[in-house]
This record gives sequence, C-alpha cells and structure tokens, in this order.
Amino acid sequence: MAFRAAVITFPGSNCDRDMATALEAVSGQPAIRVWHGDADLPSGLDLIALPGGFSYGDYLRSGAMAATSPIMRAVVSAAERGVPVLGVCNGFQVLTEARLLPGALLRNAGQRFVCRTVALTVENTASPFTAAYAAGETIRIPVAHHDGNFYADGETLDRLEGEGRVAFRYAEDCNGSARDIAGVISANGRVLGMMPHPERAIEPAAITSLGGADGRRLFESILSSFATA
Amino acid sequence: MQVRVLVRLKPGVLDPQGRAVHHALEGLGFDGVADVRVGRLIELDVADGTDRATLTAMCEKLLANTVIESFSIEAGAAG
Repeated sequence: MAFRAAVITFPGSNCDRDMATALEAVSGQPAIRVWHGDADLPSGLDLIALPGGFSYGDYLRSGAMAATSPIMRAVVSAAERGVPVLGVCNGFQVLTEARLLPGALLRNAGQRFVCRTVALTVENTASPFTAAYAAGETIRIPVAHHDGNFYADGETLDRLEGEGRVAFRYAEDCNGSARDIAGVISANGRVLGMMPHPERAIEPAAITSLGGADGRRLFESILSSFATA
Repeated sequence: MQVRVLVRLKPGVLDPQGRAVHHALEGLGFDGVADVRVGRLIELDVADGTDRATLTAMCEKLLANTVIESFSIEAGAAG
C-alpha cells in the first residue's frame, strides 16, 4: 500500500519532525519534507500535513503570515482538488487563516498558555480522519497552545454541528473554545484542523509520560482512508 | 502617503487581553473603567494615490481577519 505524505515546514514550525515521525511510524513510509518557500508540492500526495509551532513568530496573528507563504498557494489549490490536509495546532491556525476551514483561533480565554494532556470526545467517526475511533469515545491527547480558543459566529457553529463537521470536542475545560470545539472538518470532508497534538500520542500507552497512544488511530484512519492501493 | 489601519476585534468576540488590561487598571486603583478592548494600529507608508480599493484589499487579505476583526482605514494621515 503506497502512502505519500508531505509535511510542510514554516520558519518557526517546531512539530514538523514529530509529525513526520508519526506518519512514518504508522505508514512505514518516509514523509516528504517541504519548505514554506517552495512554490510547488510533490506530485501524487495522499496527505499534506501542516505541523504545530509558531510560524513567523505568530506575527500579526497566529498562522496569518504562513497563510500567505508560497507553498500555501499550492496547498489551497491541492485542497480544492480534494487532496487531504491535516493541520495540527499552528497548522489549524494556518488553515483558518487560509480560509480552508471556518472560524478563527483566539487567545485562550484564561489568557495562559495551556500545555497538558486533555480529554477529548470523538464526535464524528464517519470522517476519513476519525474512522478508527468509536463514536462518543473519550481519548486523551496533549495540547500546547496560547491561541486555541475556537471562535465562529453562531450560524457557522450551528452549520458545523448540523453537518457533523465537529471532529473532536474538549471533554474538560481547556481554552474557552466555542461549544468546546477542538477540531473541525471542511465541507468536503477532506481537511481536518485540530488544536490537540495526535502526533505526540502515538507511542504504546505504557509510556504515558509521552502522551499515550490515543493519537495513533487518527493516523491509522488517515492511512486506511487515503493510502492508494 | 501615510495610512493608518485600525484593527479591532468585532463586538461580541471575547478579548482576554483587554480583560487582563482592565483587571490591571483596577489593580492600579483606577475606578470607573467599564470595559477595555485591545486593538492594533498598523501604519503604512504607501505610494501617493493608492486607492481605497487597494487598501481595503490589503486589510481583507492580510491585515485583519474579518472572521473576528473589523478594520477602519484612515488615509492621508499626518506622519
């Protein structure tokens, strides 16, 4: 089974290696590393991953500068063609700034940077990103962010919920996100943005200090949904 | 030409920074402050005659995130 994933690195990305490691661990195939200044993506990708970090020092707004980088024009164009995209943490912020996902990520309501493992409820298991989870399951995934407070207007929130586009919700108080939303899916179902870091939770659960293994099934879902036979 | 762009969080969007500043003002003993909201002032030096539509496009594409922010443009302001 072939699986070609690209991980984009922006100046200030710091979870790109973890993302590549997680993708490689689950797929057994090397992830292609792509620099923000590249104008083109490699061909035949099964997934584009935007990693966490602090791209461009969070100047202006988290993710705003990265959304204007040359590679993002290629990412937006690929996403419009249906190439699957996963954005984690800063990657989620970049996806909202690039308008590939609705809403925005505001400063945490408690004003503090939040860095701990939190409980999430899996809301939608019909998506290609979450198929390996059980509906309503509670999982534990690390978060590490200052701007993770998901905001969208009421009408947008109703639409996201009505269309089953909320992938994950916080099952505990985390950052003040509207309706506790931790991850959302695009209208075509092929773009997922989430603040928690599944790539930090792929090791066997015995090593709980490393975040557990609840993130692994997200990558397994991706692999089984998007790998080419 | 000097242009000032004032970017503000839309009404109703939570402003934790404003709330912290409000709290700090109260801590300094300033009474009677009902609310504080923190925005951003961006000063541009652009070619003379840059039209309003171009400035608006700059705001919509980058300077403000219109999902959460509104902006106002003050063109020709003294530098």
